[in-house]
Amino acid sequence: MIGLNHYLILGSMLFAISVVGIFLNRKNIIIILMAIELMLLAVNMNFIAFARYMDDMAGQVFVFFILTVAAAESAIGLAILVVLFRNLRSINVDGLNRLKG
Amino acid sequence: MTFALPDLNPVLPEIFVLGMTCAILLIDALFKDRDLTYPLTLFTLVFAAAITVFTSVPQVQFTFGGQFVDDAMADVLKLMGYFATLAVVVYSRPYLVERGLYKVEFFALALFALLGMMVMISANHFLTLYIGLELLSLSLYALVALQRDSAQATEAAMKYFVLGALASGFLLYGMSLLYGITGTLELSVMAQLLQAGGQDQMVLAFGLVFLVAGLGFKLGVAPFHMWVPDIYQGAPSAVTLFIGSAPKLAAFAFTMRLLVDGLHPAVEYWQGMLAVMAVLSLAIGNLAAIMQTNIKRMLAYSTISHMGFLLLGIMSGTFAGYTAGMFYVIAYVLMSLGSFGLVVYLSRNGLEAENIDDFRGLNSRNPWLAALMAILMFSMAGLPPFVGFYAKLAILQSLVGAGFVWLAVVAVMFSLIGAFYYLRVVKVLYFDAPKPDAPVYPAIPDVQALLSINGLAVLMLGIMPQPLITLCTYAMQMTLQ
Repeated sequence: MIGLNHYLILGSMLFAISVVGIFLNRKNIIIILMAIELMLLAVNMNFIAFARYMDDMAGQVFVFFILTVAAAESAIGLAILVVLFRNLRSINVDGLNRLKG
Repeated sequence: MTFALPDLNPVLPEIFVLGMTCAILLIDALFKDRDLTYPLTLFTLVFAAAITVFTSVPQVQFTFGGQFVDDAMADVLKLMGYFATLAVVVYSRPYLVERGLYKVEFFALALFALLGMMVMISANHFLTLYIGLELLSLSLYALVALQRDSAQATEAAMKYFVLGALASGFLLYGMSLLYGITGTLELSVMAQLLQAGGQDQMVLAFGLVFLVAGLGFKLGVAPFHMWVPDIYQGAPSAVTLFIGSAPKLAAFAFTMRLLVDGLHPAVEYWQGMLAVMAVLSLAIGNLAAIMQTNIKRMLAYSTISHMGFLLLGIMSGTFAGYTAGMFYVIAYVLMSLGSFGLVVYLSRNGLEAENIDDFRGLNSRNPWLAALMAILMFSMAGLPPFVGFYAKLAILQSLVGAGFVWLAVVAVMFSLIGAFYYLRVVKVLYFDAPKPDAPVYPAIPDVQALLSINGLAVLMLGIMPQPLITLCTYAMQMTLQ
């Protein structure tokens, strides 16, 4: 029997993977954008699981808003990425080293 | 099935700002050759202020099924937000014109960011908090990247975006856990349910850790402060001016709504976390600022320490602390508007007045501007008779009143260390010889007038702080009754 716990554990695992993906990734900015998406989806998993468990609509509605905002967020993220590529000619994480101190 | 129309009176300012922003975008597309954007933006801000004043009632009003709240604190913070945005628009106009950034995008994004702040300030629901926060953040990411050919600015935008998205993720994860244990997303209902008790305390503490971490990122307090100096330095100065001022009001409101309106019954959990973050911010902000040669970066570290001070007010968990926090954030926004405004004002003729060296001997070239900068630096350092002194004093009083004497001692010590780098700027202004090629700045009348008002307000509110203190106390009383 799959219960609330299983969904929450899955959600927390996805969340942990995405946080690790952002911090340990030393290569490619696109992977960071993917990790950010994964993080929001992990949160969605939590909300859906709780909403279903408590039979409450509010959590499910919240998920739709998160999905919409995530779409806008990745649009802006990719736009910044394009501009960055034009200036630096690369999308390596190591290339982001102009600002320090 | 019928739908009752929600009470639209409390949301009129938001509706107006939204409508006008869309109209400004359209009007600019239609009349490309006429410069209507700037006057229309000013009109929007002034008229929105008028609407906020005239629809203001002393009572707390809820609308949209409890998602939106309009109270005295929201009105005061919104008015300050309009003023800050107006000052940003006026200060940055010559800067934007000179660098080819004077486009409708800047104004529209600034207004959308303002709308996001207003929604955050009036949020009474996780959903409104989140939507307002994202509207603000997404506008700011785009604003930082506005200077498309600058590698520095785009790098800053990318860093801001990644860390901002990470912060939103943390915040949302915390929200989902709190939703799970209380079964509601509405903050005032959540406070009642938590008061009644019966929730799993471990999940509550776990969710709070995520919420406070996300909040820390957004406020820019240590240990989540890494993005602040990079973004302040990398963004075009006009955008730094915006990021460094108005959003701090929203960040204060966000913390108040979330932790005080929604999670006050869990005060013993978040108090400790805030205290640690505040002390770390005071230490890192003040110590790292000493080493900076770039004034934008120095002011960024000073922001971190000021946000730490603000958190001290909120963490005391008392009415006096919240009032002091509100006074502090308003005073800080005034000071930050003035100091970044001067950096923007002096960045002319292809020169960026970014390094502290660029301010050398400003007194012998433009004595009035040097005097304004000195007033702002003294005020930030917390010297009497400037407003920064009363802001710090009120926070310290509330800390002692709540029994956190050691925190007050730590705060005073780090303020003393902080005074060093502010006073160094004053020394550079008055006692160093100017560089041989340093320009004398001709006045731009409208900008200089507003800058002078801004600087003198910092002085006058320091000499007569009572009206603002009374206003903050009244707003908090009406809000937390």
